[in-house]
Formats: sequence, C-alpha cells, structure tokens
Amino acid sequence: MSILDPLKGFGVTFGTMFRGVVTEDYPVNPAPVAPRYRMRHRLNRHPDGLEKCIGCELCAWACPADAIYVEGGNNTPDARYSPGERYAKDYQINYLRCIGCGMCVEACPTRSLTMINEYELADDDRQRLIYTKEQLLSPLLPGMEQPPHPPRLGTEKDYYVKGPELLKEYNDARRAAGDKIPQPPPLPPLGVATGQSADRVLRSTSRGEDAS
Amino acid sequence: MTATLPATETPAILGPAWDADAPAPDGYVKFVIDGQDVVAPKGEMVIRTCERMGIEITRFCDHPLLEPIAACRQCLVEMEMGGRMMPKPQPACAVAVADGLVVHTQRTSAVAARAQWANVEFILTNHPLDCPMCDKGGECPLQNQDLAHGPGESRFKEAKRTFVKPIAISTEILLDRDRCILCYRCTRFSEEIAGDPFIDMLGRGVRQQVGTGPEVPFQSYFSGNTIQICPVGALTSTAYRFRSRAFDLKSAPTICELCSAGCELRTDHRSGKILRRYAGENGDVNEEWNCDKGRFAFRYVTGDDRLRTPLVRGTDGSLAPASWTDAMTAAAAGLARAKAAGGVGVLAGGRLTVTDAYAYGKFARVALGTNDVDFRARAHSAEELDFLARRVVGVSPKTGGVTYRGLEAAKHVLLVALEPEEECPIVFLRLRKAARRHGTQITAVAPYASYGLHKMGGVLIPAAPGAENAAVAALAGADDPAGLRTDGAVILVGERAAEVPGLLTAVGELADATGARLAWVPRRAGERGALDAGATPTLLPGGRAVTDAAARAQVENAWGTAIPETPGRDTAGILAAAAAGELGGLLIGGVELDDLPDPAAARRAVENAGFVVSLELRRSEVTDLADVVFPVAAAPEKAGAYLDWEGRVRPFNTALKWAGGLDDGRVLDTLGVEMDVDLYTQTPKSATEDLARLGAYEIPRTRTASYPPTTATPAAADGALTLASWRLLLDGSRAEDGEPHLAGTRRPESVRLSPATAERLGLADGTLVTLTGTAGSVTLPLVVTDMVDGVVWAPGRVAGTSLAAQTGARAGDGVTVAAAPPDAVAAVDPDVVASEAEGRLGSLVTGMGGSK
Repeated sequence: MSILDPLKGFGVTFGTMFRGVVTEDYPVNPAPVAPRYRMRHRLNRHPDGLEKCIGCELCAWACPADAIYVEGGNNTPDARYSPGERYAKDYQINYLRCIGCGMCVEACPTRSLTMINEYELADDDRQRLIYTKEQLLSPLLPGMEQPPHPPRLGTEKDYYVKGPELLKEYNDARRAAGDKIPQPPPLPPLGVATGQSADRVLRSTSRGEDAS
Repeated sequence: MTATLPATETPAILGPAWDADAPAPDGYVKFVIDGQDVVAPKGEMVIRTCERMGIEITRFCDHPLLEPIAACRQCLVEMEMGGRMMPKPQPACAVAVADGLVVHTQRTSAVAARAQWANVEFILTNHPLDCPMCDKGGECPLQNQDLAHGPGESRFKEAKRTFVKPIAISTEILLDRDRCILCYRCTRFSEEIAGDPFIDMLGRGVRQQVGTGPEVPFQSYFSGNTIQICPVGALTSTAYRFRSRAFDLKSAPTICELCSAGCELRTDHRSGKILRRYAGENGDVNEEWNCDKGRFAFRYVTGDDRLRTPLVRGTDGSLAPASWTDAMTAAAAGLARAKAAGGVGVLAGGRLTVTDAYAYGKFARVALGTNDVDFRARAHSAEELDFLARRVVGVSPKTGGVTYRGLEAAKHVLLVALEPEEECPIVFLRLRKAARRHGTQITAVAPYASYGLHKMGGVLIPAAPGAENAAVAALAGADDPAGLRTDGAVILVGERAAEVPGLLTAVGELADATGARLAWVPRRAGERGALDAGATPTLLPGGRAVTDAAARAQVENAWGTAIPETPGRDTAGILAAAAAGELGGLLIGGVELDDLPDPAAARRAVENAGFVVSLELRRSEVTDLADVVFPVAAAPEKAGAYLDWEGRVRPFNTALKWAGGLDDGRVLDTLGVEMDVDLYTQTPKSATEDLARLGAYEIPRTRTASYPPTTATPAAADGALTLASWRLLLDGSRAEDGEPHLAGTRRPESVRLSPATAERLGLADGTLVTLTGTAGSVTLPLVVTDMVDGVVWAPGRVAGTSLAAQTGARAGDGVTVAAAPPDAVAAVDPDVVASEAEGRLGSLVTGMGGSK
C-alpha cells in the first residue's frame, strides 16, 4: 500500500464534484416518467357520470396477486350507478399486493378499469394502501353528474355502442336549451407526474388531508 | 372387447364370470358403443350408459332425476339399428338402450361431433353474451360447453331476441327470459318432482318463453331447485343476485339444520358470510333436491341480534356483557345454589347436534344430579316418551329402520299426524316420487286433504283432532283399508301425534297388528339425536332406561357418578315445577317460549325460576329473562352430527371456520369444570368417544307402556269448533329472519272450515273471520275446504307469532269462529285478502299433474 493511496481516494471525490448529478430531486422536482408508463388504477365513467364498472369481478378473477376485491350490487330505478342491472357496490385494490401487471385492465369487459401513469404508491400505513372505490373512481369532469342518477344518454345499449356521439348530442341539446356547458380544462401533458393530478387531490381529500 | 361397468349400477353382470359372447342376462340388453360391447339394464337411456363408461356427452336438458325430453338437442350421437344407420343423429338422452343398437358418439363419429359443435353455436344465436354480469357466469354449463366444445365464435351477426328482464316470478325467483335456452328443466322439475306446475312454456318458435299464468304466482316450497338445475343463468335468486361470483366462493358440504330431513347441502361462503346454500347430492337422503327454507334461510347466522359475548345479570338487575371467566363463575355458583334449593331443570331444545344433546343430558345427570332434562320444546306427553323408548330410540337404517329408499319401495304408506310437505319436505318429495313412479298408495289420517296430499295422489281418512285414535284403530281391520298388511308397508307418524292422548299407542298397536314398519318424523333437526343421546327424563344415552338398574349401572360406571333411579320431569313438568318454585333454577338451550304448548305458562315459569342459565344464538325471550347467557355457535359455525328422522347419522364439519363460536357441548364442558365435574364434551370428537365408552347395549323392544292409553273426546261443546293446526314450512319462524324474499313465498295464511260448518256459522268463502280462543283471537281469511265438520283449521303461527300464544288454543281445543268485527277487517290489508282469494292453493290442485 503506497503512501499516496489516500490521496488517490480523495482525487476520486474531488473529480466527481465536476461531473453532472445522477440522482433525482424527488419529491421536489419529480422526473417525468415514460408517457406510456401505467401503474395506478382508475375506474372510468360514462360521459354523464355513470360508472362504467358493472361489478363483474373479472378483474379480481384475472388478478394473479389477489389484490382486487369487488362486490356487486343491483341497480334499481331509484338508485342507478351504472347502465344495466349490475354495479360495483364495493371496489377495493390493495396496492400492497398489486404487482402492476395490468391483467385486470385486459380482463375488464367495459373498459372501466384502466391504469394511469401515477406511480406514487407508497405509504407508512398498510390500511391506507387499500384503495377504496371512491379513491379509484375517476373524478367528475364537467358535464358529469354524481351517481346515482338515471341514464342521461339513451338506453343501456347506447352506452356501450355510441357513448361519445350521444354525449355530443346531449351537450348540444343542453346548449340549445341555454345551459352553459363548461369545457374540461386541458389535461396535463402525459408523462409528467405533477403530484397534483386530479386523482391525487381526490385521494388526499378523501383521506381528510390537505390537498397539497 | 367388453366394457366392465361399475358395480353399483349393474351388479348382475360384473366380474370375469360374464362371458362377452353370452347373451345379456335377464333385464339387460347388449349393444355397442364406440366399438365396445356393453350390457345395460333395459329402459336405460344411452346417455346414462355412456356416462357410466366414462364417455362424456354434452347435454343441457338431460337430468338423471327428470324424465327425458330431448329439448336442447345437444347430445346428438349417430345410431345404427339392424345394420342400418339412422338418417340423422339421435339424442342420446331420449333413446333407450336396445339389443343390437350400435352407437357412435362424437369420439368415433365426425357427424356426431359436428352436430354437437354446431348445436352450441345454434343455442347461442339468441343467448345474450352478458356473462360478466350473469350470476351463473363462472359455473355455467353453457359457458363451459361452449369453451370446451363450441365454435368459440358465432356466425350469426343478426340482432338477438330480447325480452324485458328480469321478471320476478316470485319474490325469490327471477327470470331472465333471453338467457333461457328452453331446456324445460325447470318446468319438468315443477311438474314431475315438486308437483307445483305453475311455470310452463308459453308461445312458440322464437318467442317461446318460460312464464307463469297471469293469476297464478309461482308458489312452491321447492322453487330454489329450479335455480340450481338451470343450465344457464335464466333463473336466479333475489337473495344471491349479484352478491358474488362463483370463483369467490368457498364451498363446504354441510347438513341442513332446519328440519329432520337431514339434507346434504353445499354452503357457499365468502369473507365469513354465507352467500348461498345449494342442495348437495345424496341418493339415500335428499337425492339432489332441498326445500326453499333450507336453501334460503341462513341469514339468521349473521343477523345483528347474534350474541357475541356472555351476559351476566348484575346487581342492578340488568344484563351486561361479561368475560367468559366471570360468566362461568357466576353460572356455576348460581347453578350450585339452585341445585341446593330444589334442583335445576334442563330444557335442551330440539335443534342440537347429537354430541351437544349428549352434553346436556350428561350435564343434567353429572353436574346437576337430576333426570329433569327434556329436549321437547313442543306439545309432548308421557305416552310419547314411552312410544319413543319402545319403538324409535336406536332405530336406524343399519338396524333395519324405515329409510327414504324404503318409502320409495313401499306399496302403501300411512301418514298419521304428519303433513310431510310442511313438516319434512324431503319426505314429501320422496313420497311423491314413490306415488308417481311406483304407484305407492298414500293414505293420510287428517282433518282435510291438504295440497300436499293431493299432489301425492293420496287418500284421506278424515278424522277430527282427537278422533284420530278411532280412525287409526279402524285401519287394523282385516279388510286392511290402508294396505298396511302388504309387504314393506310403512306408517309415518309425526310429532303432533303427542297432542292426541292415546294416538301413539294406537299407532303402535296398528303397526303390531298389521306388521307395517313404523317411523317417527319429528320436525326439528335435533330431536332424533337428542332422543338417542339421552336428553330425556326417562332415557339415558343409547336408549338405556333410567329405571333399568343394569343399564343405569353401565352409564354410572362410565360417567363415574350416581344417577337418580326415578325418571325426571318432562318439559311441562319442569316448567310447572319452576313456576311453583319447586325447582331452584333452569338451564335452557335453544328454546323459543312461543313454541311451547302453553307459552304464557312457560313465560311465568322462566320468570319465577330462581336462577336461569341460557345458551343461545340470538337474543330471545329466554335470554331476556336469564341470569347468565352464553353465546353458542350456529350450525354452520360448528362441527357435529344430526340424526335425521331415519336415525341416519348426518355428520358435518365447520363451514365458517373463523367464526370462533363455541358449541353447546364445549360451553357445558367448561361450565362442568367450573362445577368440579368432567363431561369430556370439549369437542364433538371427544364427546363421541365418551359416548362410545358407554359400551354396547341391546335396547329391549318389549318394554311395556307405563302410560295408560286413553281415548280422547273432541271438545266441541255448544257452538265451539275443534281446532286443528300445524306449522307451515315457511311461517315467519326465527330461522327465516333477515330474508324478506323468502318470506314473500310463504303460503297465504287462512282459516279452513267445511262447507257445512261455514254455512252453519253464516260465513262466506274468502271473507275475514275471527278465531277466538281463551286468551285472544286472530283474524284471517276463510277458505271453505272439503273437510271434517265441526273442525276449524288454522296455521300454527299467524303473522309470525304462535297461534297458541295469540289465542291460548292448542290443537284439539275448542275455539269459536265468527265473522270478523269491522275494526279487524279495516286492520287487514285488503290486498292480502285479494291475493289470498287468488292464490288459494286448494282450487289449483291438479292432483298428480301429468303422471305416467
């Protein structure tokens, strides 16, 4: 061992000071993820706010990690949550178990369950990592109405066949009647985890926290 | 090459002794399936033979217990007869085997394979693809067969036929007509098995559909079976609708705890809750059927009123939750005081497993030093105990007792004080099968020919309550009107026989005189087990009489304790002694005071008893009056065994494993330890072993009756009518709590009078009448029925409360019937009367409904 060896070591440290930074400034400046990266689930809605989920449990069946719990319920004329007879009375995803494989999304027969590119799924409480239906449901966009409510877009069949056209007709009719239809705000560019996405706001508020 | 067939089906031809070249034995035919020589019993359908050979032929309409119909055309196979190929593939489910037949299944015939493949596609032309939301999805024969054998993709692009859906054909059964594949299983079940032909095929061609008549609701005690046999999701239950998917469910084989039929069930549960119960398969007992009560009445297990912790009455006089330790100490101390202050009576209740009942009987003798223990929470008598000790206890299929199969084989069956459809529905199904298939003649001694008797094509021997003795005695005559002297004839006597003094003696003498076999059919699941386990005042376990010194010594040796040699008090005696202050306390199992013959007196007795310990599932009148209450496990939460009415052991394991309840045996065992005695009933297994330690004992069948037979006199004093009454299957009992859809399928409650009696009283059919006893009255619609004059029939419970509690009248008592006062008429919903008039079953009876 040479007497100069410690100096060599310090040389490495000194030299590194002039190189670029490899770490990321998370969580202050989160780096964008790949645009098609998918992790957190979302339960989508029809354009009038009715849930697309029919509580069929095929996602739970497909799940290799047994992370999804669904309980179906019966839509009644007084309380309709989704088109058709059946809706999800309870829907939970356990993110302690979820492996992000996306089999559930593939299994979903109504395109209700999709994944978004939010990835911040860490917590110091196991209970909070079981996401409930309220946390998973997509937020109400302008023009949507909080279920339960009667279908606004025609018959049950119409929902599955021509949803967007019906929404346009519906909104046109409301405009003609003098209603002011607010335009949805522009979505944040894909691939940027803002930490302020609608889901995150919803999630934090539903836990009774401040939405910061 | 010769196929060997399973021994169970064709015992006559098994083994190497059978030569392939030899002709088929008598009663059998020899033919060829897929190149194999086969021998099958005459009359068997080809599909059954294929099944036994392990050749799977797809099918939807075929069901082994229903008659062939060949409606779905799924089981097509090619057939050759006399060397000539039949021009088209034939349905294997509807062609009987014949000598010289040559069958080519889909395994050897491309035509058959193609026909089956194409038929799946054809069936799917109108079947909606809503499997994700269909309750059958995941366990659907159509889904499975399409996946396994179907084309996978349909060439039909046209719009599918649709109907409004679902329609509720009863409050419990929903029908999705567009899913229906017209297999006729539900309609055939209703007609052939249950005998309630209220659903049928309507319309023709593409509009053909299952439906009900406009005025006739689908009202059947067996409607749930149609859901189970529906090969698609066309019939679903309101109770289970969308609650779960097949793959969520954990299934456990269980035994039904709701009557003495002993049905095999499959209990499906998810997250610790029972979601549904299906009939299990047991050819010796329930075949593949069960009743709607057994199928749907399980919500009581998870009801809000379940007791979860022990309760102890504090110094302030109110019941408060306590730890098990504190409750045990309090109960043991109280029972010890009560024992010193005159003794403790034990009312075990009729819903116990064998080992739990054994624990009650042993606790009474070992810890309380008394024979005052009785399981009978219903009308009972000393004569009944004699009858049970002489003719019923210890009888089982193994000792040659009457069995379900025995009923089917009998040429003549006599029913005394038993209405099987209401009191033991699976006995009814077996009797109806016997009558329909084998022409069994069924005779009933009853005040009127019930709907169930009509459906069995039975004969009525009219007898007013109290006059059954004479009617039964007359059957012993040499002319043998009920055919009881024929080989294999059976007498079934119900628990209600105890209401009539002398009837059980008369029935016993009738059996002795004619040589007919005799069986006792109680209503509750635990009664036979409790009898054999010794929870009675006169019998120790295994039918050992308390008064028999040798038998008693056997038990005393095993238990290491002295047993009083005098018989104890029965239920009525215990309650009377408690009311009079002779007893220091009571230990009460699952007993509803309303079920007892005199509910008001029972209430007074429990109030007066010095110290009351109650073991209960749920809050009840008894727990409200008790000093210490122990929560016990419900049947799905524990293991054990029931004895069904045959005496057949029906063991079951815990279905809800994490429910954490303790069974009665365990609670009593721990209480025994607290009182310094060991019961060895911690678990059903140890209790069974303890029971076995008593050793062998031959029950003497020659015991003479200690009860003097009497002749009852009908109590029809001036203007009074004799009350006839029995419990209906669905009558708002506590087991049915929490299941409103099942409640909707109850039969309308009504009062029945004969035309002459109704005319004498000036009452018209369909009007509201008031039945008045000593303690009160009930108002119900009148149904004029062809029945014995001077008798009025009313259901054992009216509007969910016992008739005896409301009117003070029991079967055999005198009551008065008059037109309802106007205020009572106003209090009754007019719709009830209207639906009563429409849905009246008596007018719809079609007898044997298309029997062959």
